[in-house]
Amino acid sequence: MMTTLVYDGSFEGLLTAVFEIYEHKLQQVKIQKWEWLSTALFEDVIKIVTDQNRAGRVLQGLQQRLATASMQRLYAIHMAGFDGEDATIIGYIRYIFDSKINVEEDYGNKYVLRMAELLRMIRREKHRMEAFIRFQKLQDETFYSAIEPDFNVLPLLGKHFKNRYTDQKWIIYDMRRNYGLYYNLHELEFITLDFSTARPDNVISTYTEDEGLYQNLWKNYFNSVNIPARKNTKLHMRHIPKRYWRFLTEKI
Amino acid sequence: MDEKRIIEKLNILADAAKYDVSCASSGSKRKNENKGLGNASNGICHTYTEDGRCVSLLKILLTNHCIFDCAYCVSRSSNDIKRAAFTVQEVVDLTINFYRRNYIEGLFLSSGIFKDADFTMERLVRVAKKLRTEHKFNGYIHLKSIPGASDELMREAGLYADRLSVNLEMPTEEGLKLLAPEKNRQDMIQPMGFLKNEIILRTEEKTLFKKAPIFAPAGQSTQVIVGATPETDHQVLHTANHFYKNFNLKRVYYSGYVPVISDKRLPDLHTSVPMVRENRLYQADWLMRFYGFQVNEIVNGQNPHLDLDIDPKLSWGLRNLHVFPIDINKADLQLILRVPGIGLQSAHKIVSARLFGRLNWDQLKKIGVALNRAKYFITCHSPQFEKRDLTGTAIKQYILSQSQSKYLKNSVTQLNLF
Repeated sequence: MMTTLVYDGSFEGLLTAVFEIYEHKLQQVKIQKWEWLSTALFEDVIKIVTDQNRAGRVLQGLQQRLATASMQRLYAIHMAGFDGEDATIIGYIRYIFDSKINVEEDYGNKYVLRMAELLRMIRREKHRMEAFIRFQKLQDETFYSAIEPDFNVLPLLGKHFKNRYTDQKWIIYDMRRNYGLYYNLHELEFITLDFSTARPDNVISTYTEDEGLYQNLWKNYFNSVNIPARKNTKLHMRHIPKRYWRFLTEKI
Repeated sequence: MDEKRIIEKLNILADAAKYDVSCASSGSKRKNENKGLGNASNGICHTYTEDGRCVSLLKILLTNHCIFDCAYCVSRSSNDIKRAAFTVQEVVDLTINFYRRNYIEGLFLSSGIFKDADFTMERLVRVAKKLRTEHKFNGYIHLKSIPGASDELMREAGLYADRLSVNLEMPTEEGLKLLAPEKNRQDMIQPMGFLKNEIILRTEEKTLFKKAPIFAPAGQSTQVIVGATPETDHQVLHTANHFYKNFNLKRVYYSGYVPVISDKRLPDLHTSVPMVRENRLYQADWLMRFYGFQVNEIVNGQNPHLDLDIDPKLSWGLRNLHVFPIDINKADLQLILRVPGIGLQSAHKIVSARLFGRLNWDQLKKIGVALNRAKYFITCHSPQFEKRDLTGTAIKQYILSQSQSKYLKNSVTQLNLF
């Protein structure tokens, strides 16, 4: 019989769900976030109440079977917020628990393979953000950038940019998920900005004087290095998909 | 700063530098440990030009004034073009400000020859030194070494740059004599030899003394122009192989000749850029560096040119059908790497996954194997086997009928072949 588990969307909630699966010896399960629940009349539904203690026990079990790096990857995949992939994470965790040996590299298994695919998607998105972020220098010397990644990868970007820009203040803001990452020359913090009071035509006035010059120089540079005799639009589009263009200085 | 003039200079000096294809920014290990700006290690392409090439570095010439008159070069002295030169400070400001906005990974600085080799090289070194010492810049710096520059300047360059390169320009000495009679191949090889030895020496020193300065950590590269002179792929790849083996080069770049100047020694101005050939050369280069192929297996006296319609690994596979089929669940990694349609990542995944059970077609496909090619060369845990008794020609026809080269639309010459 198919059982549907609904949970609050948190990682602890997901781990609690795993606990319930083993406690009630459930075989076939579906998992859904609470907000998406559409009650099907004849389905067996269990509402998972997130429980730190139960989640902790599952986490401990996983830690015994997985290396720290693998745990981090698992967490990153959940946090990325893929639609409909919670079933993969649950299936993967069950496969890990049900196997006597370490099966992390069993790419013949559909869950292991799918987790590898999701991880690849996250890495690619993270890498694209590292490449496509364009900072604009504000009058208070903070470098500001807006992004709209497909998946929630902002928390994965902190380390890279902190290592790179230790001597400048910067903000990377996820417009889709409405939160940002701020580096204040010492440490990283998550922030929320209120855009309702800011008028778009006012934004320019907060730039430093030379910001326009360097944006202009960059656009000119971008055009100068093109070799028209080698034009290859398809390749160009594959490398920089159109949805990123509105954040790229050289493509605006 | 005069905005108009600096924009004009950038346009001229970026335009003149764009035919240098190297844009790598990886392979270094410069950490931001001085609370300064940047770290060189990642190799990030920040944007792509409309021709699809990666932009990772601010690639410019210090000047396009040049005393030489090489036939293939836009900056040749007899070419009637606008000339410009950056000051050292201008290059530094551009680099820092582009880097802070995350436009680039660093600087690729080349130059026309101002007066003589040392005069020019000294200025290139000064830019790098200023970035490193005055601005605590840890981003990537690639300096083009000027052939004929003194050992002392080369040594100093290595202390500030991540990578150094001397362009061979033409695949053979004869090609160079024809198009750049004032240049001397020995002048190019000499600094490469010097740098090779210096890198070995400094690396040994570094293992003994942790504090020893790093020296050109991303090594040396070079570039050869392909299609301006009549060399075969056999000659091109042998040259590359020679420099990989004897000079420890990190990369050899192949630059399909873009006709920019009319000259009776050169291909006609309307000749299209040999993009497919260039792509095949890079594929062959990869086979030599990462797949364990000897250069003679890829091209040889009987097959001096790479096939344009299929990739070099498939081409090798079809010439060596006696090696196949191999059993994917048993064969060594080295042999799996030789299967057309299986890349490095898939090969490693296969070897990991088969420890848990035998793999079938479906799983191979999901792992990322290009079955349209691979299926003729392997068996797996499935009853069907595609090779039957097909000849190489038949296999090639099957594969070609199912696939469309991504270059066909762009290349007029390629279409004319059919």
